[in-house]
Amino acid sequence: MAKKKFVVGCFDDEANLFPAVKKVRTAGYKIHDVYTPFAVHGLDHEMGLRETSLHTAGFIYGITGTATALSFISWVLTSDWPLNIGGKPHFALPAWIPIIFELTVLFAAVGMVLTFCYLCQLSPFIKKHHFHARATDDLFVMVIETTEKTNVDDLKAFLANAGAVETDVQIAEEGWWLGRYDKDQVPFQNKIVAA
Amino acid sequence: MHLKYESQLREPLVYGTKTYHDVTEDIVRPIEAKPSKLWYIGFYIAVALLLFGIYSIYRDVTYGIGQWNLNKTIGWGWDITNFVWWVGIGHAGTLISAILLLFRQGWRTGVNRAAEAMTIFAVMCAGQFPIWHMGRVWMAFFVLPYANTRGPLWVNFNSPLLWDVFAISTYFTVSLLFWYSGLLPDLATVRDRAKTKLRKHLYGIASFGWTGSTKHWQRHESLSLVLAGLSAPLVLSVHTIVSFDFATSVVPGWHTTIFPPYFVAGAIFSGFAMTQTLLVVVRKVFGLEDYVTMGHIEAMNKVIVLTGSIVGVAYLTELFMGWYSQNKYEGYTFWYSRANLFSPYGWSYWGMMACNVLSPQIFWFRKMRRNLYITFFMSVIVNVGMWFERFVIIVTSLYRDYLPSSWSVYYSPSIWEIGFYLGTFGLFFTCFFLFAKYFPVIAIAEIKYVLKTTGESYKEKMGHLESVSASVFAHSGHGHTVVENSNFHVNQ
Repeated sequence: MAKKKFVVGCFDDEANLFPAVKKVRTAGYKIHDVYTPFAVHGLDHEMGLRETSLHTAGFIYGITGTATALSFISWVLTSDWPLNIGGKPHFALPAWIPIIFELTVLFAAVGMVLTFCYLCQLSPFIKKHHFHARATDDLFVMVIETTEKTNVDDLKAFLANAGAVETDVQIAEEGWWLGRYDKDQVPFQNKIVAA
Repeated sequence: MHLKYESQLREPLVYGTKTYHDVTEDIVRPIEAKPSKLWYIGFYIAVALLLFGIYSIYRDVTYGIGQWNLNKTIGWGWDITNFVWWVGIGHAGTLISAILLLFRQGWRTGVNRAAEAMTIFAVMCAGQFPIWHMGRVWMAFFVLPYANTRGPLWVNFNSPLLWDVFAISTYFTVSLLFWYSGLLPDLATVRDRAKTKLRKHLYGIASFGWTGSTKHWQRHESLSLVLAGLSAPLVLSVHTIVSFDFATSVVPGWHTTIFPPYFVAGAIFSGFAMTQTLLVVVRKVFGLEDYVTMGHIEAMNKVIVLTGSIVGVAYLTELFMGWYSQNKYEGYTFWYSRANLFSPYGWSYWGMMACNVLSPQIFWFRKMRRNLYITFFMSVIVNVGMWFERFVIIVTSLYRDYLPSSWSVYYSPSIWEIGFYLGTFGLFFTCFFLFAKYFPVIAIAEIKYVLKTTGESYKEKMGHLESVSASVFAHSGHGHTVVENSNFHVNQ
């Protein structure tokens, strides 16, 4: 991961955010991300993000659970230790439906949550750069990645013109690192560079 | 973008003139303030109950479950009654967060967080009963299918009791994941406004480094929707399987095909009652009346009268079938052991009827549904009634079986069995008090999401839209333009 220079524009209403996202994109700037206090529906489309495939992953985990339960139970009750229960068939599928269903749900839910955490890099003790503390409160924070060619002042003026109530420039690490939120810590790599 | 408009006929879900920041302030305030004296008193009572429960369990493990006054005939008493009761209470949380999410019921946003927490704590309490009822609790792991040196000899996958193991543990896991993944953004909100270092550090750990990135929100939405889709059949399956513990046996009074829907309706019924008990107090103590409104309370009371009546129909159907089947054992159980007020346990049956079927009918009246005192009183009554229901099902079916020589006319629990029950109350309320102190009791992000559609002040601004013609309304653009136009009109 590397440090990059970002221009940050904060909006106080999602109604101003949508046209601003459109303007910024048509002007050719690269939106790094927009941080919002809640799920703003349609913002992902406006930003040109592709649909998530998380639910497909969930489906795959689910059928894995189904297959695990069905194959394991049928192996146990028909081959490993078949029990004669009043002469009833060993392969008693209807009686296995509850456990097969529960394992389907369990695998799908646990798998999806872990995948979600992996994709979003969410875990205890993980720290990331936060562009604005109020992004989880009431501000919609648009972060634009700059290149050497970007005129930062122009971009700030452009954002303010598009309705941003606050603009600023930040040089920040874009990935995650292990750290605590009560201390200003820099990622490991940068410490070495500094030394 | 979707149309941000909601009919004026619908009550606002958030009262007052609120901005996004106000929402954060209002909901996070109880977390940041010092707890009140009332909180301490309640918390200490809960901890005291919990300690008494732990001592009761200690005695249970030391002396065996004979100390509960269970006997050969009544092998399931308060313990399994309490188990089913607690599991049932848990169901409302999942119903609110999953089924109402799929049905797009906006009012769930005000109550889902607390109800989901209640689910988790209730399932934790429920799990205690079958575990300690095993007696030799150090062998509890025998319920798991693990490769062992006894063959390996596996668990019986055809047994409803094993289905229960899978159902309850899956239910607990999935509810916990659903609850916590929903909490992440709100914990990040608390983290980002934390003043003290310790608070920042701890909420930093708890919020997993959540930033609010649009891509993360997109995945979060997908996750919530799929988890809701999974939880909805899950919650129905859990109480269905609990009812199978009884329904697949050949005991008169248990062996009925009506059990699964009847148990699920009863579970939702008792769960909503417990949600009311908690929220009526929480909204008052934390000053959250603007978020958990009378509209929310009324909606939940409607669910209570509906499910209470479904349960009532089930009771009457059972009585009818007791006669119609012309099976003398069924008839004896339903018409003598239960419905006869003068039989040894007749009081419990009529207690159940009064609490579950008759008293909720008061909620046909709007005034009653919107009365906090009635609501609180009824929520307690309903849970008493639902406890009676499980007691009736279990004990009145067992105490007189096919063999009169083994009849056991009177079973009454010992102080240690009662103590165990009180202990689970302690566990439940200790957890709930800690939750209410350290976690946002209302889903902050979800309230913000519905604020501009259903907030009182925002609805007022959109009011004039109902008088314009349909074509103007349809062409006035989506969402935001509508809001802007409406501001314009109001100012004019």
